[in-house]
Amino acid sequence: MSITRRQFLGMTGAAGAAGLVGSSVAQAQEHFTGWPDRYGVLTDLTLCIGCRKCEEACARVNDLPPPEPSPEDKSVFDEIRRTDAQSYTVVNRFPNPDPDKPPVYVKKQCMHCNEPACASACLVSAFSKTPEGAVTYNASVCIGCRYCLMACPFYIPAYEYDKALKPRVMKCTMCHDRVKEEGKLPGCVEVCPVQALTFGKRSDLIRLARERIIRNPDKYIDHIYGEHEVGGTSWMYITGVPFEQLGFNMDLGITPYPEFTRGFLSSVPLVLTLWPVFFTGVYLFSRRRNEIAKEEGDSSHEEEAKS
Amino acid sequence: MTTITGENITFIEWLQDKLFLGMSFKEYFKKLITPFNIIATLILCVGIPIAFVRFTQGLAATTNLTDNNPWGMWIGVDVLCGVALAAGGFTLGSAVYLFGMKEYHPIVRPAVLTGFLGYFFVVIGLCFDLGRPWRLPYPMFVSYGTTSVMFLVGWHVALYLSCQFVEFCPALFEWLGWKKFRKFVVGLTIGATIFGVILSTLHQSALGGLYLLAAKKLHPLWYTPFLPVFFLVSAIIGGMTMVIFESSLTHRVFSHQISLDHKKFDKLTIGLGKAAAMTLMGYFCLKVIGVAHGDHWHLLGTPMGQWFLLEVLGFVLAPCFLLVWAVRQERAGWVRFAAIWTVIGLILNRVNVSMIAFNWNLPDRYVPKWTEFAVTITIITVGVLTFRWIVNRMPILWEHPDYEPEI
Ligand code: SF4
Ligand code: SF4
Repeated sequence: MSITRRQFLGMTGAAGAAGLVGSSVAQAQEHFTGWPDRYGVLTDLTLCIGCRKCEEACARVNDLPPPEPSPEDKSVFDEIRRTDAQSYTVVNRFPNPDPDKPPVYVKKQCMHCNEPACASACLVSAFSKTPEGAVTYNASVCIGCRYCLMACPFYIPAYEYDKALKPRVMKCTMCHDRVKEEGKLPGCVEVCPVQALTFGKRSDLIRLARERIIRNPDKYIDHIYGEHEVGGTSWMYITGVPFEQLGFNMDLGITPYPEFTRGFLSSVPLVLTLWPVFFTGVYLFSRRRNEIAKEEGDSSHEEEAKS
Repeated sequence: MTTITGENITFIEWLQDKLFLGMSFKEYFKKLITPFNIIATLILCVGIPIAFVRFTQGLAATTNLTDNNPWGMWIGVDVLCGVALAAGGFTLGSAVYLFGMKEYHPIVRPAVLTGFLGYFFVVIGLCFDLGRPWRLPYPMFVSYGTTSVMFLVGWHVALYLSCQFVEFCPALFEWLGWKKFRKFVVGLTIGATIFGVILSTLHQSALGGLYLLAAKKLHPLWYTPFLPVFFLVSAIIGGMTMVIFESSLTHRVFSHQISLDHKKFDKLTIGLGKAAAMTLMGYFCLKVIGVAHGDHWHLLGTPMGQWFLLEVLGFVLAPCFLLVWAVRQERAGWVRFAAIWTVIGLILNRVNVSMIAFNWNLPDRYVPKWTEFAVTITIITVGVLTFRWIVNRMPILWEHPDYEPEI
């Protein structure tokens, strides 16, 4: 197994002694612009027909229960769904603002962020951003604190709340093993009948997306969702209908989430070095003061006794 | 084996002396039947089966947690409030042992005990909430998530619990009559206190730091980059006001054990009230700076904004004014009242951050299940019972005649 950067830093930080905890935390926070050549997926929302074959394929390749209700049943689109412990991906339907045009279907799954919030949140490094681009999860160390669910800006990871013994966090893996070991495409990409999903190097995908937008300026909105959002993601979207109308959060900004805690974490070594000095000083000072007070008290007693 | 008075006794007698307060088992058992104990038993009769269901059927059977709301009452109340309110141990410990405020010595032991038990039961509460609680030591020994604020919290709470235990040990060893051990741990007190202050500063603020990653999920009035500072300062306030509350309660309930006269005790209460008032004022200013920093004034008119104002004006500024007035007038009773008010305000703040202002814009809102309440109440009850069990036996409120005070 190759050692990912996070794991490596984890090991160097693992010296374990309390004093080291703080400083290694700060180290691991150095800016990381991502592995070169990493893969991603581009979803073209103008192509998706809402057949939910990707949901089916995803369940199949990941040993999840088949999607409920089945893809033929269109009532599933009556409500907006999110990913859950049984489904790594869901397709939602949004009305087209232009009533003459068909509705827009949006496939939702883990975005495989360049600097994932979930990974920076996990206290046992259960998540790794692999050099291939996927963000993977390792259930064998997870303690189930669910901080990753709290942190993910896209509301993606789900938890097996109904399991007492071995509950896991559940989320899309971008079929990391399938891609890496078997040289196959992710299940959803492979099955999509209209090529709404394209798998490839992230840099190539950005170029492809830009080309489509430039060639068809009337068809596409001039924005690649995921190019810069939260510092960039491996999974990206282009669309003909404004993203805000399709349930995309446009307020996330471009700051990678680990940045939000970096300032705090780097103050830790400072506290660890300055506080002991300061409080020992205070202690010595107050002890000396008490001694002096005592001596003075004693000597005044003596004087009283003499007189 | 010897008793406190030094006579030689058998093991059974020793056991009676230590565990049954010198009574025979029958006498002791009879004395246990009080209204408080009956209520406590009833609570346990509900809570223990629920605990069983939690650990055999999982979180879904006992909580309303969802994928959108992964942290509920057990984190928001048991952990966040528990840790903040247990800050009395470190606040008072450093005042007495480090800053040399000897006059507070009579109340430092109960404060340290409250702190120690507080943390201990926070960890118990956490075990209910964790998906795989038996992996609690993983971040210490198996896998290290050094980029995580939670990693910091985990380490520091574990180390701090040990520090608090060291600070509590003198009382334990005096009770057991282990003089050599007692001498040894007393020598560690200053070190443990200094280490404890460092750890407290860090993990109290780190609990606020956890929410830094909830950037777009927490309402902007509560989300600021200063969250760690807010949590630290309000925990210091929570610690002080909890000491006021807890000491007035113990003075009433365990009055027969207490040598400190009422006047002196009131003086201490007022002194603590003064410190709390000052810190509350500072905290209020910080809250205002928080709103100004994000330029969120316009949000104050919204329903969430009014809720925010209620927290900040009604439960920070108002008890602060009452404290200032009560300290000036030297009215210890009112100081105690204001302290309880402040404690409620602190709980409100933690509940707001963890539940009400969190995901405020989602239709999917979290409301705790009754079993979540039941577990929280059970844990608090067991905590109170443990506190009482210890105070009835060990030299917490009185000074052991055989030993010199630590300072
Ligand atoms: S979308 Fe969420 S779960 Fe997926 S990598 Fe980003 S932060 Fe992690
Ligand atoms: S639930 Fe598991 S994977 Fe998620 S942050 Fe906690 S330990 Fe890490």
